[in-house]
Amino acid sequence: MSSYEARFKVWRGDAEGGGLEDFEVEVNDGEVVLDIIHRLQATQVPDLAVRWNCKAGKCGSCSAEINGRPRLMCMTRMSVFERDETVTVTPLRAFPVIRDLVTDVGFNYAKARQVPAFVPPEGLGPGEYRMMQEDVDRSQEFRKCIECFLCQDTCHVVRDHEENKQAFAGPRFLMRIAELDMHPLDAAEEAGLDRKRTAQDDHGLGYCNITKCCTEVCPEGIRITDNALIPLKERAVDRKYDPLVWLGSKIRRR
Amino acid sequence: MATGTEPPATEPRPRSGGVTAGTRAAIDAPHLRTDRWWLAPAATAVGLLAFVVYSTWRAFANADYYAAPYVSPFYSPCLAENCEPMKAGPNWEIFGSWWGVSPAIIILIFPLGFRLTCYYYRKAYYRGFWASPPACAVAEPHRKYTGETRFPLILQNVHRYFFYAAIPVAAILTYDTVLAFRDEHYEWGHMGLGTLVFLVNIVLIWAYTISCHSCRHIVGGKLKHFSKHPVRYRMWQWVGRLNARHMQLAWASLLSVALADLYVYLVASGAFDDPRFF
Amino acid sequence: MSVVDRQEWDVVVVGAGGAGLRAAVEARERGARTAVICKSLFGKAHTVMAEGGIAAAMGNVNAGDNWQVHFRDTMRGGKFLNQWRMAELHAREAPQRVWELETWGALFDRTKDGRISQRNFGGHEYPRLAHVGDRTGLELIRTLQQKIVALQQEDFRETGDHESRLKVFQECTVTRVLKDGEQVGGVFGYERESGRFFVLEAPAVVIATGGIGKSFKVTSNSWEYTGDGHALALLAGAPLLNMEFVQFHPTGMVWPPSVKGILVTESVRGDGGVLRNSEGKRFMFDYVPDVFKDKYAESEEEADRWYDDPDHNRRPPELLPRDEVARAINAEVKAGRGSPHGGVFLDVSTRMPAEVIKRRLPSMYHQFKELADVDITAEAMEVGPTCHYVMGGVAVDSDSAAARGVPGLFAAGEVAGGMHGSNRLGGNSLSDLLVFGRRAGWHAAEYAAGRAAARPRVDDAQVDAAAAEALRPFSAESGEGGEPAGGPPENPYTLHQELQQTMNDLVGIIRRDAEMKQALEKLGELRARARRAGVEGHRQFNPGWHLALDLRNMLLVSECVARAALERTESRGGHTREDHAAMDRAWRNVNLLCTLTDPAGALTDPAGGLAATDPVRGQITLTRETTEPIRPDLLALFEKEELVKYLAEEELYE
Repeated sequence: MSSYEARFKVWRGDAEGGGLEDFEVEVNDGEVVLDIIHRLQATQVPDLAVRWNCKAGKCGSCSAEINGRPRLMCMTRMSVFERDETVTVTPLRAFPVIRDLVTDVGFNYAKARQVPAFVPPEGLGPGEYRMMQEDVDRSQEFRKCIECFLCQDTCHVVRDHEENKQAFAGPRFLMRIAELDMHPLDAAEEAGLDRKRTAQDDHGLGYCNITKCCTEVCPEGIRITDNALIPLKERAVDRKYDPLVWLGSKIRRR
Repeated sequence: MATGTEPPATEPRPRSGGVTAGTRAAIDAPHLRTDRWWLAPAATAVGLLAFVVYSTWRAFANADYYAAPYVSPFYSPCLAENCEPMKAGPNWEIFGSWWGVSPAIIILIFPLGFRLTCYYYRKAYYRGFWASPPACAVAEPHRKYTGETRFPLILQNVHRYFFYAAIPVAAILTYDTVLAFRDEHYEWGHMGLGTLVFLVNIVLIWAYTISCHSCRHIVGGKLKHFSKHPVRYRMWQWVGRLNARHMQLAWASLLSVALADLYVYLVASGAFDDPRFF
Repeated sequence: MSVVDRQEWDVVVVGAGGAGLRAAVEARERGARTAVICKSLFGKAHTVMAEGGIAAAMGNVNAGDNWQVHFRDTMRGGKFLNQWRMAELHAREAPQRVWELETWGALFDRTKDGRISQRNFGGHEYPRLAHVGDRTGLELIRTLQQKIVALQQEDFRETGDHESRLKVFQECTVTRVLKDGEQVGGVFGYERESGRFFVLEAPAVVIATGGIGKSFKVTSNSWEYTGDGHALALLAGAPLLNMEFVQFHPTGMVWPPSVKGILVTESVRGDGGVLRNSEGKRFMFDYVPDVFKDKYAESEEEADRWYDDPDHNRRPPELLPRDEVARAINAEVKAGRGSPHGGVFLDVSTRMPAEVIKRRLPSMYHQFKELADVDITAEAMEVGPTCHYVMGGVAVDSDSAAARGVPGLFAAGEVAGGMHGSNRLGGNSLSDLLVFGRRAGWHAAEYAAGRAAARPRVDDAQVDAAAAEALRPFSAESGEGGEPAGGPPENPYTLHQELQQTMNDLVGIIRRDAEMKQALEKLGELRARARRAGVEGHRQFNPGWHLALDLRNMLLVSECVARAALERTESRGGHTREDHAAMDRAWRNVNLLCTLTDPAGALTDPAGGLAATDPVRGQITLTRETTEPIRPDLLALFEKEELVKYLAEEELYE
């Protein structure tokens, strides 16, 4: 067991303003960044605001930016840094700050509400659902999401362009649409809801330029871009840009 | 917060601006990354640029693209009357005599379009050339961003049609590779270093083509119930495994196609003599 | 006093874990305007940590399973101390609750024929746990969260407001249940983000706040688990039941120190993982207690055959109920046969191919790789017991989940007592949340509807008292408000650490009379010091302040645990006494109830006046009560020979 003094810069402040503050703090073997933040709370700044819950990478609460990269503090081991390196911790920079490391992630909850929920199939009661494993695999991958909102934070569409927050749901919720569209028993289509089309028209799928930062930061290792966003784009192409399909639907509608 | 104790405030006024915008944590630096985040986009830009320069030169050169039995993949199929005659080779004079410039231009549209609209290359050049974004969590230098929602970038949605077009092109290159099992006198059953280069190239071209995201969608990704289509499910899984390496295949096939052309150029221009194995 | 924002609701649910959300869904569907309050963000509840699955006798994998078998397993696991009617309702209704989740969009792992797959777990006779890999809790929370959003979308279509009938107050903490005379009148709380106080007036309040694990040092529980609901109920006048039963999960991580206690799911053993000591021996064979002798394998060969042929072999002893395994590990470590970091070895690497491990236990693979640098497909894990769950809790009516003695107060989930007896089986927690969450929501809505004409009133004095109590940490330093200065201000973090150390060392997995007395004294001292817990800064998102407020709850609950544990002179389930090592049939039908010694004083002075510093008297009064006899038709589900081991003579012949 060896311990050392590490140099930290932690952003402190609120909506009015703030800045990076310097700290020297003890680090022990096997610790993660969240341990250090807790040590700061317990020994130096008891009112340092931070969100956290499970400390095991399962709840997605302790999202922050460490040395400029969006990460979970509980899953960032101190051993990935050099001992003489200054570790900088800031709140997520795509969302309005509340205090210190805590940001207002209300954007995500607002977007969650805009995605129409699962539509249960008519005529199937509880206990009568039959689904094959291979049919649920895809959606199950997306349901691993712990809603840490790191993908929403890193996505340049909203991170760098506040005005796009109106039109763009962000990777997490486009993935939610993909999840529902791939759900083997979702009956949205029978109910007259075309998820593929709404992804493009209502949730801003077209803003995504598939630069894959969402996939890079996902702590669950979900292949958001390859498995959710691009397939969803292809599904939207089926609807909107495939002349044969378009012609077919025109004729059928007559 | 949307579900706090206060009645939800009226929708926040949309404002332009990014990480340094008013409500965000007050940090002036556009990013705080300490790693060499610029390396990947820089390398991508250099690599792509090198290929563009090389391929432009070769496409417009209109020379040294045939050295029996090898035809440069840039010039195959050759569709104008001004093509060099290639015995049993891919000359089809569809465009007749009016075509004055290099015949490579006619056919290169298709692989170019395929790669230009490819989901991987899009990422590569959006990051490398357009800095949108340069790297994750690094602020992009543009004031406005509309992504692929309007012209011209909305045209990226035609990727699948280029995929369809890429298949016959790959088929013809396969045919060329078969022809490469001849010697310079068109005798069958021979093989040289060039044949090997062509073989490697065609395998990579196919792997890249098949691993395309549109292909993955078409063979099975569009289905809702894999269990009802076991064959297409199997195919989707295969394509999916290749698709996971789409980036590597994109680079490998880009390099191999350039090398195949370079090889033909070197042989045709007499700078190098194709070593024959048998 | 500052003006406090007041709102009116029909049902207020405190807690947004599985039980809270299920209650909210039910209350809203039954027409009650429902508010949910949670300490964290919506969807982050501790339920996401549940890994193994939801126990429900659907019989999808083994058709022999039915509710009676499930009931039997639950009673056995709880050593027959369970509130039997709850165990019955739970076993009967669990399948329905699981199937219902599917209609809300949940995607469980499937069997070959497309039904919900079920896995083996400790103490369950058949494969019974509906699961999604090892992230079942996350699936449960997400499904309920999305169901709530679906209901809000429905309300939006009808009323133009998403939150007209169902609203989530996230990152808010309730510090008091307010009353109108004997009955519930609402809740008082603060918003973390702004520090502002608020009152939600409601005739019915459902407490679903989970457990108390943060009072212990080594725990699998998150920061929210400070026993808030237990304390709220106590302070509102409701009794707590059998608080001595605290489950120590046998397998928590032991290294590195910063992750000590984080859970290693029981599915690791359910899917074939084995426990070995430093000599490489599968020691669990030496620890099968008499009551389970004929149900568990005696040799490694038989145990290994069971995975493929469960009908003709007995199960491996690694799958004994959690209390047994935790004690066994503890004993091995004590005997000097532990692993380098003070645990034992849990090995899957020699039992399954790497691919299978990664597929079936993805988050365990992930967790060890990322946090401990251990590749579980190549080497054994080091594990040891960790505080995991409290079986005790608010004493409730089995059918309605109504708390005893306080009309309008309901409790469901971990915060409610009785269902699991002295020890909970793995997988029974998630099903408990659903079954009793729904029942609590249902009866709360019904109760609220009955009070629609004459809604309870909350007087200002109560609100002012609650606000003063919540603000005290800010004035602790200066000794304002007539408080005796009594000493220097205390750091709430230090107090918390001392409390955790005390509970861990003195009221932990193995308990001794003298140590528990010592613990009570220490708790008295901490209680006095906690009155001087001061905080810096202001009210906006101030974790030091939040912790200072939570300390009250942890201290109350810890005293309940210590006092009840001292009283029960036997070892049963999650309560092990070194000085009374055997289970005593005479205790089988005895419940221990904790109530507040001075409820009136507690209302005005939450630190309990004089009692706060008196370790002997404390704040808690303990009473014994004899449980209701088990219904004969349920008793008939067991063999006589088995019952003899648990029930006292006179119970048998009734």
